[in-house]
Amino acid sequence: MSAKTRKTLLEPIFTNNPISIQVLGICSALAVTTRLETAVVMSMAVISVMTLSNLSVSLIRNFIPPSIRIIIQLTIIASLVIVTDQILKAFLYEISQQLSVFVGLIITNCIVMGRAEAFAMQNRPLASIIDGFGNGLGYSVILIAVAFFRELLGVGTLFNIQVLPVVSEGGWYVPNGLMVLAPAAFFLIGLFIWAHRSLNPDLQEEE
Amino acid sequence: MEHYLSLLFKAIFVENMALAFFLGMCSFLAVSRKVETAIGLGAAVIFVLTVTAPMNYLIYTYLLQEGALTWLSPGLAEVDLSFLTFLTFIGTIAAMVQIVEMVIDRFSPKLYNVLGVFLPLIAVNCAILGGSLFLVERNYTLGESAVFGVGAGVGFALALIALSAIREKLRYSDIPGGLRGLGITFIVTGLMALGFMAFSGIQL
Repeated sequence: MSAKTRKTLLEPIFTNNPISIQVLGICSALAVTTRLETAVVMSMAVISVMTLSNLSVSLIRNFIPPSIRIIIQLTIIASLVIVTDQILKAFLYEISQQLSVFVGLIITNCIVMGRAEAFAMQNRPLASIIDGFGNGLGYSVILIAVAFFRELLGVGTLFNIQVLPVVSEGGWYVPNGLMVLAPAAFFLIGLFIWAHRSLNPDLQEEE
Repeated sequence: MEHYLSLLFKAIFVENMALAFFLGMCSFLAVSRKVETAIGLGAAVIFVLTVTAPMNYLIYTYLLQEGALTWLSPGLAEVDLSFLTFLTFIGTIAAMVQIVEMVIDRFSPKLYNVLGVFLPLIAVNCAILGGSLFLVERNYTLGESAVFGVGAGVGFALALIALSAIREKLRYSDIPGGLRGLGITFIVTGLMALGFMAFSGIQL
């Protein structure tokens, strides 16, 4: 793997994470993180949509008139999301019901369009695939980390398997109900950002 | 009437787009530095949601739903176009945003200048598409969709303006380096979401 490829792939996971640094794609991310299972499925959906949308946009980048590029990108992304949604409905029906409208909201997930616009419009298909995959991965890392803590502390399970024995079933762990609710996701991401930026002081903002 | 009022209240406070469903977060975080711009974006979101929610309801009910095309000819009762929902909704929203922009420009240049760049950005705001998708999922009627659209918009604007007011004050506080900016904004949003949850116990 060449140095440039590695940089394109790894940069969005650590130093230029789409959620904690670029502040993109938070919209649909947080609501699906109450369970690890839904977070993993959502991550896979986003990774595949991003990789394929970057590839498609990159392939036709020289034929897209600049004035209508937004609508073209939106159409490509929307079509890919429709395919993903149909696949989920066919093979993982229960999870697709839990994800409800959030699969559809991948369309307006700023990160997909952001990468198509910022990277795929200027780069070759192969590099664009790697960029899409890397950014999808960076997004997934945060999503899965948040879901891990919310499910573990909120109901004491991981992938629906009991890890911490809860009090109602004779164990010792008292589930923290707040973790299942919306505010916990905000707190967790805030804390992740804090930890991340404390380790990398040059990422800190001056306000 | 009572039913609509409780739906409106629910959409504004209990099921707040930004704080309960995390929708529109990107612009929520990016445009909340100043109260003035927050008011501009808030107004634009209310406007567009109010228009697109009933609009998308009509499109879904009379064009896309299974059996929706029976008003054209009975032979089309089997046709189910609901897989096209995403594509049509995003198209409608983009077109509506464009029309709204032109109308405002024509009749109220002052408001147009206030809203400025936020209008086109709204097309890719998840809160708008989310609003349309929710009304399909929850089987609202036309009246309910209209009320829900208004409520969702007002709720988003309310949360946005409140957050921007808090952030203006935050600028004078001494925050640890790593939390400055985005980090503390997330924590504040979390606290606001906690506050809004107090409404969830209210029955109307």
